[in-house]
Amino acid sequence: METGTDRVKRGLAEMLKGGVIMDVISADQARIAEEAGAVAVMALERVPADIRKHGGVARMADPSKIEEIQGAVSIPVMAKCRIGHFAEALVLQSLGVDYIDESEVLTPADEEHHVDKWAFTTPFVCGARNLGEALRRIGEGAAMIRTKGEAGTGNVVEAVRHMRTVTNQMRALQTMGAEQLMSAARDIAAPYELVKEVAETESLPVVNFAAGGIATPADAALMMGLGVDGVFVGSGIFKSSDPKGYAQAIVEATTFWNEPEVVAKVSRGLGEAMPGLAIDTLEEAERLASRGW
Amino acid sequence: MSVSRVGVLALQGDVREHLRLLDELGADTATLKHPEQLEEVDALIIPGGESTTIGKLATRFGLIDPLREAIAEGMPVYGTCAGMILLASSVTEGDQPLIGALDVLVRRNTFGRQNESFEADLEVEGLDEPFHAVFIRAPWIEKVGSEVEVLAEIGEHAVMVRQGALLATSFHPELTGDGRVHRMLLEMT
Repeated sequence: METGTDRVKRGLAEMLKGGVIMDVISADQARIAEEAGAVAVMALERVPADIRKHGGVARMADPSKIEEIQGAVSIPVMAKCRIGHFAEALVLQSLGVDYIDESEVLTPADEEHHVDKWAFTTPFVCGARNLGEALRRIGEGAAMIRTKGEAGTGNVVEAVRHMRTVTNQMRALQTMGAEQLMSAARDIAAPYELVKEVAETESLPVVNFAAGGIATPADAALMMGLGVDGVFVGSGIFKSSDPKGYAQAIVEATTFWNEPEVVAKVSRGLGEAMPGLAIDTLEEAERLASRGW
Repeated sequence: MSVSRVGVLALQGDVREHLRLLDELGADTATLKHPEQLEEVDALIIPGGESTTIGKLATRFGLIDPLREAIAEGMPVYGTCAGMILLASSVTEGDQPLIGALDVLVRRNTFGRQNESFEADLEVEGLDEPFHAVFIRAPWIEKVGSEVEVLAEIGEHAVMVRQGALLATSFHPELTGDGRVHRMLLEMT
C-alpha cells in the first residue's frame, strides 16, 4: 500500500475537475459552499479582497480555523502557505489538509525559492502566469496548477491573460521539431523533460484550474471555454450581495459552461456581484500575480 | 464483442479518463448532462468526483428519477468512487441525494483524508491477475444486501460489488488505464 504517490496526488485534482473550489473563512461559510455544490473549500483567515484592504503581512491561517472548517464539511479542505514557507506547509500537512496552495495571495516568505513539493505526502497546487512558470512548479512537485489571475479584484482579465498565454505557448510547442524543444525549454525557463512531455501529449501533465478574479457565473463559463479544468472562486462568493445564490449559480455555470441558456437562467436576478477593481489602478506592489517566478 | 454506446455522466469529475479508457476498449462513447440523453446510450458510467456536487447537480437538473427508471429497466451502470456512493441506497453519515439502486451501506472518506489516499494491488473475483487500484479519499461498503455480490475487499470491507447490471468500485481503474473492470460493464450491454 503506497501513499503520497504522484498518481494519488494528481488523482485528487482529476476528481475535482468540472467543479468549483470556494474560499471560506468560517464553518458557516464552508457549509454554504458545500450545500451549493462546491467540490472543495479553501480555508482562510481572510478572503483576498480583505487581504488587499488589510495590508501588512498575510500568513497561513490559524490551525484552529482550519480545523473548524475541516470539522464542518465532508468535501476536501485546502489551505494556503506562503511561497517558499516550507514550515507552514509542514504544519498544513500535519493538520491533514487535502491540498496545500503555495500562494502568491499570501506575502512570500522566500523571493528566490518555492517549496520542494516532492518532499510532501500532501499534494500542492500553485499559481502560474505562463507555461514556463507552470512547468517550473510541476518540476518542483506541484500536482495541480491554477492561473494566478489577480486575486481579490473581481476582475477576470488577468486570469484570461494567463490562461491564453499557457494555451498559446503549448500550441507553439506542437509546431516545433524535436530539435527545437531544448531551446524552447531555455526560452521559457522550464525543465526540458516537461517541455517534451507537453509537446508530445498536447496537454499539461496535471490539472489546471482558473483562479484570480472570477466573480460571476459568466466569468466561470468564460474560463471553462478557454479550456481550464475547473474554477477557484475567492472573494467572488462571500463578497457578493447573495453568497448562497452566487455559489450555486457559479457551480451550475461551471458544469453547463457551453450551454448559454443555462448560464442565463442561473444568472437571472442574482443581485450585485462583488465590487471590481481595474487592474491599471493597482500599484506594482499591489499586484499579487508578480509574486513568485 | 458488439460495439455499444456508453454514456459518462458529465456533471463533474474525471469524465475524460473514463472516455479515454472506453475509447481504447473500442466502445462508442457519449457524455451526458441531461435526462433525455439517457435514451441515446446502452450503458452508463458515473465517474469519480465529489459525490455531494454530482448529487446536487443531478437533483437540480432533474436526473435522479430518470436514472432510477433507466436502472429499473435494466441499463448497466458502473460507478467509480463518487459513482459508487451515488448508486448506493444509504450512506453512514450526512444527508445527500442518492440514486439508491444498489443495496449497500457506504461509508465516505473511510480511509481518511488525502494523506491516506493510496494505491495497492487488489485480488478481484473473476480476474486472473491482481488489479492495481488507486483509492482517493475513497469510500468502502459497510453492509451489503442479499442480492449483492462482493468482488473485492480490503480487510473486511467490500470495495467492489455487483448487483445485477450494477457494478461499483471504491477505486479508479480509469486512472491506471487497466480496462478489465470496464470490460465487465461492456460485457453486460
